[in-house]
Amino acid sequence: MSAVLLEVRNLCVDFGALAALKDVSLDVKAGETLGLVGESGSGKSTLARAILRLIPAARGTVMWCGLDLLSCDAGIMRRQRRDLQIIFQDPLASLNPRMTVGETLAEPLKIFEPSLAKSERRARIDDMLERVGLTRSMAPRYPHEFSGGQCQRIGIARAMMLRPKLLICDEPVSSLDVSIQGQIVNLLLDLQREFGTAMLFISHNLAVVRHLSHRVLVIYMGKVVEVAARDALFADPIHPYTRALLAAVADPTRSLAGTFIASGEAMVVGEGLPAGDHRAPGCIYRNRCAYAEPACARSAPELEQAAPEHAVACHRWRALVYS
Amino acid sequence: MMQGSANDTKERRIMTPTLRIENLQVTYALAGGTLAAVRDVTLAVASRECLGIVGESGSGKTQIFMAAMGLLAKNAQASGSVRFDGREILGLAPKILNRIRGSELTMIFQDPMSSLTPHLKIGVQLAEVLVSHRDLSWGAARRAALQVLERVRVPEPQRRLQQYPHELSGGMRQRVMIGMSLLCAPKLVIADEPTSALDVTVQAQIVDLLRALRLELEMAIVLISHDLGVVAGLADRIVVMYAGRVVENARASELLRRARHPYTALLLKCVPNMADARLDRMPCVPGQAPSPAVSERGCAFAPRCPRATEYCKAERPPLRDVHDSAQVACHYPLFP
Repeated sequence: MSAVLLEVRNLCVDFGALAALKDVSLDVKAGETLGLVGESGSGKSTLARAILRLIPAARGTVMWCGLDLLSCDAGIMRRQRRDLQIIFQDPLASLNPRMTVGETLAEPLKIFEPSLAKSERRARIDDMLERVGLTRSMAPRYPHEFSGGQCQRIGIARAMMLRPKLLICDEPVSSLDVSIQGQIVNLLLDLQREFGTAMLFISHNLAVVRHLSHRVLVIYMGKVVEVAARDALFADPIHPYTRALLAAVADPTRSLAGTFIASGEAMVVGEGLPAGDHRAPGCIYRNRCAYAEPACARSAPELEQAAPEHAVACHRWRALVYS
Repeated sequence: MMQGSANDTKERRIMTPTLRIENLQVTYALAGGTLAAVRDVTLAVASRECLGIVGESGSGKTQIFMAAMGLLAKNAQASGSVRFDGREILGLAPKILNRIRGSELTMIFQDPMSSLTPHLKIGVQLAEVLVSHRDLSWGAARRAALQVLERVRVPEPQRRLQQYPHELSGGMRQRVMIGMSLLCAPKLVIADEPTSALDVTVQAQIVDLLRALRLELEMAIVLISHDLGVVAGLADRIVVMYAGRVVENARASELLRRARHPYTALLLKCVPNMADARLDRMPCVPGQAPSPAVSERGCAFAPRCPRATEYCKAERPPLRDVHDSAQVACHYPLFP
């Protein structure tokens, strides 16, 4: 777990006048899982899409094994997809309803390994189906015949067919029953152990991210507010927003007695709140923040190293680590 | 109100249930045969009670209440009894049912965006409910709409009345939907996965809101969810559904502490929480829920159950009374 596979620097994405991502930087190392946590509208899916060039970036670089994905030729970009795969939130919608499971899984092989004999292709598909907890008898069936959890397994199988170096998982379990979410998380853990695939795992739920991340990055309104090794982030969160997110998922069954602490709803992109505007000075979180001071309205905090492998963007972090 | 039957003993303490469902069956006629979505469900919601209904996708938890509300698809058939406030409502003509649903008996759904009309302002959609159900003038209805937005803690309610659904965040839309369900002071609100489409932070706020409203408005709530954690924060009583049947029914405090059914115990372990997230593997219920088309033989949960024996696979356990307010359908419950 050493070489950096993906290196994102100062990535900015604008939707018209609105800054969806502002100066996002992150690294994903070979074989590791970076958890990316944020609420709806925070820009986490935008980040995934911008990395894969599914939407254009305004500024910044995305270095992938030494290649700048944002400026390279479209043909070169296409070739990278062999090693750079994605799975989506809605497992049924991301499968072609007119293709059998077998055809869906054959496609990446036909594109990237066209010389493969038909029988060999068939063997690879059967092997992968079993690897993701399905059976080879399911190959001739269509997506609508499967449950949500099974469809997500098919999506994972398709993404893993070429043994990619990096798998981007965009909320892969949030549309599933909680009873099934664990099955998918555990499958991803097993696949990573077996194939050494690195993952960028996007979710709004810290409790899910914790199970499979080596490091966690918290994003709020398009900005990185905290990034740390998993245990440090969960044991000693610094940013007030990270703390609020953690409080929201603190054992929900305990809420019989207590109530949740969440400091107001996230600003949604397009709601036009002046204090949430990236172009206004000051910290974007200050109007939800219990610790905000006048200084927080004057300038935006930069990411600072608060501890080894633990960076936070908050003017008041020194006061907070001792509180 | 209640006919004297042997079943009455277990609900004796609930003298006037707001909703009483007995032996409800919901089947779908499909090209390939009949599909049983709800199998012989009996349950009651007392006035001012919050009943949680928990189960996975396809367990029939929503179908029970779609049947009660007369909202089943055309190829569905419901039998049994659904009494609302003492009156049989199953199979009532839509015209008669419309006097009850939307006013005394309301429902909120998972996706607030598709439940709101996209091209009408929030204020118009709210006021329309009162104009049609309560014969209010538009002016009076608008004032009531403003009040209800304040009640569901929507910030800047005056401005929201002038906005369209797409201008609101998901959580705010769900608040508007909850407000809409409250307009006619309902006796019972059925909330079907009201938080599942929302972020965890916002989920907590919606649960908090429902908790506060219930105390303020003295209404009964049915809260349907696949996440026992969401239900745990609110429900007085919890019903666990599996493959169309009730497998456990008990007071929330009892069920959360001493889950009798192995399925309930597994669902409890699946509640995303930080306490044991240090484990690398995430708890889950292994395997698949059975297809509703498959005819029953033995306990439907047996193939996924860590405690199952050959007996479970052969003989379906009936839902039996553990004591006067708890029922379980299991041959080998975790607690007697």
